[in-house]
Amino acid sequence: MDKGVITIAVSGLNNIDSPGPGVSVIRGLREAKSFDVRIIGLSYENLEPAIYQKDIVDKTYQIPYPYAGTDKLFERIRYINEKENLQVIIPNFDSELYSFMKIEESLKQIGISMFLPTIDQFEERHKMNLTKFGEKYGIKTPKSKAIYDFSEYYDSMPNFNYPILIKGKWYDAYVAYNIEQAHSYYNKISAKWGLPVIMQEFVNGTEYNVTGLGDGKGNTISAVPMRKLFITDKGKAWAGISLKEPRLLKLTQHFISETNWRGGFELELMKDVNDEYYLIEINPRIPAWVYLAVGAGQNIPEALIKLALGEEVDPYESYIVGKIFIRYSMDMIIDKEEFELFSINGES
Amino acid sequence: MKIDKNIAISDNGLLFNPATGESFTVNKVGINIIKLMQQDKSVSEISAAVTSEFDVDIDTVEKDILDFGYLLQNHHLVRKDG
Repeated sequence: MDKGVITIAVSGLNNIDSPGPGVSVIRGLREAKSFDVRIIGLSYENLEPAIYQKDIVDKTYQIPYPYAGTDKLFERIRYINEKENLQVIIPNFDSELYSFMKIEESLKQIGISMFLPTIDQFEERHKMNLTKFGEKYGIKTPKSKAIYDFSEYYDSMPNFNYPILIKGKWYDAYVAYNIEQAHSYYNKISAKWGLPVIMQEFVNGTEYNVTGLGDGKGNTISAVPMRKLFITDKGKAWAGISLKEPRLLKLTQHFISETNWRGGFELELMKDVNDEYYLIEINPRIPAWVYLAVGAGQNIPEALIKLALGEEVDPYESYIVGKIFIRYSMDMIIDKEEFELFSINGES
Repeated sequence: MKIDKNIAISDNGLLFNPATGESFTVNKVGINIIKLMQQDKSVSEISAAVTSEFDVDIDTVEKDILDFGYLLQNHHLVRKDG
């Protein structure tokens, strides 16, 4: 039976040691049972590996960085759409999500769907608002404070103890054990990711993560908890295992039903020595380890596409506990001409 | 001393805690002890089973089983009511 082909554009093609989620999302889409896909890659740089992985991406187009503005982004997507007739876009970078949310309506008008959190949901769960978010929804979070100048650090420090986490608004986090370290990390992070920089109470314990999908009406379509088994020096999972932990699932369902979360997400949690979970971050998009959820029986990218296209989706009710993912890296050999083609034309 | 009911043990001796993702390996004696614990056997019953299989006195076995139990407890593998 012909399942029909859906053309889907996906970003986050940098499957490097701190990988973007694009390749994992695409692998899930290619394994979808209810449709076939043509995958259009959206890349920012000409060395994002998946551009050259033709078994992953059918064709890739370069898109402008978010600082170029949403008009430039929309124009570029419109151009790509004229050639490819896109049906859905899955943006996968934290830093680009806001731009895509801003043009969601315009994209809809040219026939492209997405399934993203609302701007309110996106803002409310932001690292700098996490404490307020926790208070509002009855979820334990570590104390945090956004600072725009290091002088605010001195003012805030009486409310914190060392060690303290110094986090960037989009990426990066460092543990500081004294003020000198904190100052150095503040400078490093603000130079790279801008302001504010977030001070966060350090929760000593073990990290757990949950990836899932909310339908925007308070229903949990998918939720799979994972513990990292091997962590890179950037704190990224290089291996992980799916868990059976009812408390994590309950917390996830609470998060979705209270916020009416729309779209994919990742919850990052710490379990402290008293066996209590603290929510330390909410990533408003599918994480790079989503292929574990697919392997465990919940194809989040497939379900997300169906929601984006307005279909009813039944919630996944189970997954396999004890499934393990292990990443690997491999050198790809490509011809200079391939690189040249993409670098000069912005598409290949 | 009761093993957490969610803990899975394979025939090869891999002990897996599905709530935390931690895994441990135990030898053949350990597999037997854990399987007996899963059947809610008491320390004396487990000790008797071990001594019937190995040439060792019951006091030594009981002490070793209690030590093993504390080890399991430290790794949160024992039920709180156990």
